Amino acid sequence: MATTGLHEAHIYEVLDAVKDPEIDTVSIIDLGMIERVQVNDGHIRIEVLPTFSGCPALTIIQQNIKKAVEQLDGVREVSVVFINHPTWTSDRVTEKGREGLKKFGIAPPPRFLKEDGSWHVDCPYCGSTYVTLENIFGPTACRSILYCKSCKNPFEAMKIISTSM
Amino acid sequence: MTNEITPEYKKAVLTVLYQLADDDYLFSYRGSEWLGLAPHIEEDVAFSSITQDTMGHAKLYYTLLEELGEGSADSLAQLRPKEERCNSLLVERPNGEGYYKEAPNYDWGYAVARNYIYTTAKKAKIDALKASSYAPIREVAVKISTELYYHQMHWTTWFTQLCTATEESRSRMMKALQEVIKDAGDLLSFGKSVKHITACELIESEVAIKERWLAIVTPTFEAVEIAIPVLPDPIINGRDGQHTDDLTSAIETMSEVYRSDLAASW
Ligand SMILES: [Zn+2]
Repeated sequence: MATTGLHEAHIYEVLDAVKDPEIDTVSIIDLGMIERVQVNDGHIRIEVLPTFSGCPALTIIQQNIKKAVEQLDGVREVSVVFINHPTWTSDRVTEKGREGLKKFGIAPPPRFLKEDGSWHVDCPYCGSTYVTLENIFGPTACRSILYCKSCKNPFEAMKIISTSM
Repeated sequence: MTNEITPEYKKAVLTVLYQLADDDYLFSYRGSEWLGLAPHIEEDVAFSSITQDTMGHAKLYYTLLEELGEGSADSLAQLRPKEERCNSLLVERPNGEGYYKEAPNYDWGYAVARNYIYTTAKKAKIDALKASSYAPIREVAVKISTELYYHQMHWTTWFTQLCTATEESRSRMMKALQEVIKDAGDLLSFGKSVKHITACELIESEVAIKERWLAIVTPTFEAVEIAIPVLPDPIINGRDGQHTDDLTSAIETMSEVYRSDLAASW
């Protein structure tokens, strides 16, 4: 490790520039996808938690991580592996990630479920709580479609994913 | 892994994984044939999203098989002949008369009934798999469970609404349910290896899973005032590689592109 001068912190810096291919205002770190980074004499192993099982962007993300980290000086080999434990949950999205989602027009995932199993989000445009859920399933695996009755905008929200459901 | 993998244990793991993988793969294929045909645009989005998730679940299982040395996940999904498949009869049944590109005469009531029964059965198994003796299966079960929550909610809503909307929708749902249940004999079966699988504590007994399933569906059947169906004994058991010709044509269609160029990189 010391011989190359490469540290985990360098890798994390690079990873923070790897964006979600569909939402360029959030990085894979913002989304809470990075579980572990190991640096061993120029050999880098990055363990990534897949978000949604059927998400076609996962392979692209894997390639983008590899490409980005390979640019660093002193890197000899990069392996990017998906692991299933722990399971990715939407509460792993960081504060910065939640802001990034809003900037893109996507309401961040709700933090908790109500007693009846439903959940609530506020409009990412005007902040109104006066919204209706149009479709739990949206244009991509991670998003639902909602409608704001205050500013009359349709919008998307990242689904809550929790192991307690 | 704390417990050592003996060849016998590994065999049981493979058996369970093939059943889970092939079920979700075929279910997902039947779902994909509905693309563009659902009753309205919102449903088309929802159904295809569920189908995509489910294909992801199949991939998780096939990937575990790949890691156990069974071959690449893609080839396991695409190239295995009918006799080697372990999916249930219910998921190999076509959506209806016709072909999805030509005059598909598919019944939405049948789709809803099948998806509801399949999804609740899947939920019963996934919950049981969270206590599997094989850690990778446990982990995948937890992951799938977070997404299955939405699928179950979706099909339960449709099922409840169509069973209670009008006289016509109710009678069509009763008929569809009969069709579905007739084919559901092997849905909660583990086939001839059942003793070995449960002895390895990979999953609970068939009886315990059936109880879980009943606990899941009972509130819904009570709400719509329809008697809880009794799952029949299997006519043929897909878990043991017994299948209809419908599976042959499904595999042919599914793998047509893949087989056209086996060396291509996808
Ligand atoms: Zn608004």
